[in-house]
Amino acid sequence: MFRAHFKKKLPTFELEANISLNNGILALVGPSGAGKTTILQCIAGLQTPSWGAINIRDKAVFSSEHGTDVPIRNRRIGYVFQDYALFPHMTVEKNVMYGKPKKGNIPNKALTVTNVLEMLKIGHLRNRYPNQISGGEKQRVALARALMTEPELLLLDEPLSALDQDTRSTLQQELLKLQTQWKIPFILVTHDVQEAEMLGNQIIKLDRGKQEEIKGAKKLVKAQ
Amino acid sequence: MEFSFVPIILSLKVALASVIIVACSSIPIAGLMAKRKFWGKDVIESIITLPLVLPPSVIGFMLLVFFGKNGPMGKLLEQLFHIRVVFTLEGAVIAAAVVSLPLMYQSVKVAMESVDQNLEKAARTLGAGELKVFFTITLPLAWNGIVAGLVLAFARSLGEFGATLMIAGNIPGKTQTMPLAIYFANESGDTRQASILVMIMTVFSFLVIYGLNRWGKGSQQRDSRGGGNNV
Repeated sequence: MFRAHFKKKLPTFELEANISLNNGILALVGPSGAGKTTILQCIAGLQTPSWGAINIRDKAVFSSEHGTDVPIRNRRIGYVFQDYALFPHMTVEKNVMYGKPKKGNIPNKALTVTNVLEMLKIGHLRNRYPNQISGGEKQRVALARALMTEPELLLLDEPLSALDQDTRSTLQQELLKLQTQWKIPFILVTHDVQEAEMLGNQIIKLDRGKQEEIKGAKKLVKAQ
Repeated sequence: MEFSFVPIILSLKVALASVIIVACSSIPIAGLMAKRKFWGKDVIESIITLPLVLPPSVIGFMLLVFFGKNGPMGKLLEQLFHIRVVFTLEGAVIAAAVVSLPLMYQSVKVAMESVDQNLEKAARTLGAGELKVFFTITLPLAWNGIVAGLVLAFARSLGEFGATLMIAGNIPGKTQTMPLAIYFANESGDTRQASILVMIMTVFSFLVIYGLNRWGKGSQQRDSRGGGNNV
């Protein structure tokens, strides 16, 4: 169970997020500058909300009331950046290994690099560097790297926006499959309404910090 | 007069020691300055960069006041380690380190600032603490700037003259480095010794600049190959 209700002052408006998510995929949709990435960064701990609380699996990672602010590295959140943010000086395998929990601290012992690489169909790329692979492959590596940390929540910031239509459709299907396999909540930011409809069990439309919750794709189409 | 290699050896010793000191101090300082905001940051930065613009005589004078027999650091070093800095090779090392620090610092800081912050953020979301981020992401990606800074600092240390003369003096075989040997050989009419040393210094400096330029172009090409590191 993931719950977040917080506010964050931005230069031109105040952002308010009120999210509650059991499992499945929540799609945050809205135009550029609506505050979508800021919401993800506040959840991950890359930015600090001005007020509110964030709970992952009923454990508080941020609370302005109690002064809780768990450091990013202890939040157990996977984050896939818009530009993938793969480490250019490391091979695909080293990138994926970077966040692997240390020995004795592994909740799921069956989770090996090979398994994750195979699951995302990038086993053959393990010795390549990020500048030697395509955009779609980079996205798979970024996903593998985030999943390798065994997160309790996965945040995806416009993960498919830089890809061509074919790669995009394939990866959309795989994201849905991954979510059912991993059984952790995904929060996905997109500016594409159709993508939100296709992937989101829950959809939140955001405009200048104000959110409108629409549970179901058909309603969203009506609201447009 | 017979040609003496001693100034060359002394200069290399001084430059090497100076580069080690400069590397150990400038990398952590540049890391802090590039990534953190704190009160008084601009003042500290100005102090580090000051030797770049001050005349060598001013730096030499300040070092004498600070490290002299009655200076605060001079007294401390004498009492704690029985080390005297004035008129010793250690003095020459300190002078070389002070004047080459700004070059190394600037080079490292610019390189660290240009490391994509998203990569550091990504490392944090993957469970890395600040030290792991620094050693596995920031430092390796700023490597080009660090190497360039090391080479420049080494070359600058080798060529240090004014401040060295004031704090370490000109003791042949003890503190007389190459630039000092050239000056005093010329003063005493030993043109042969002076010209050989001048040639060595010029060729060495040329090679440093040439090598850095070539290496810089090479690393640019490496980066742009295969679409670049456009992560």
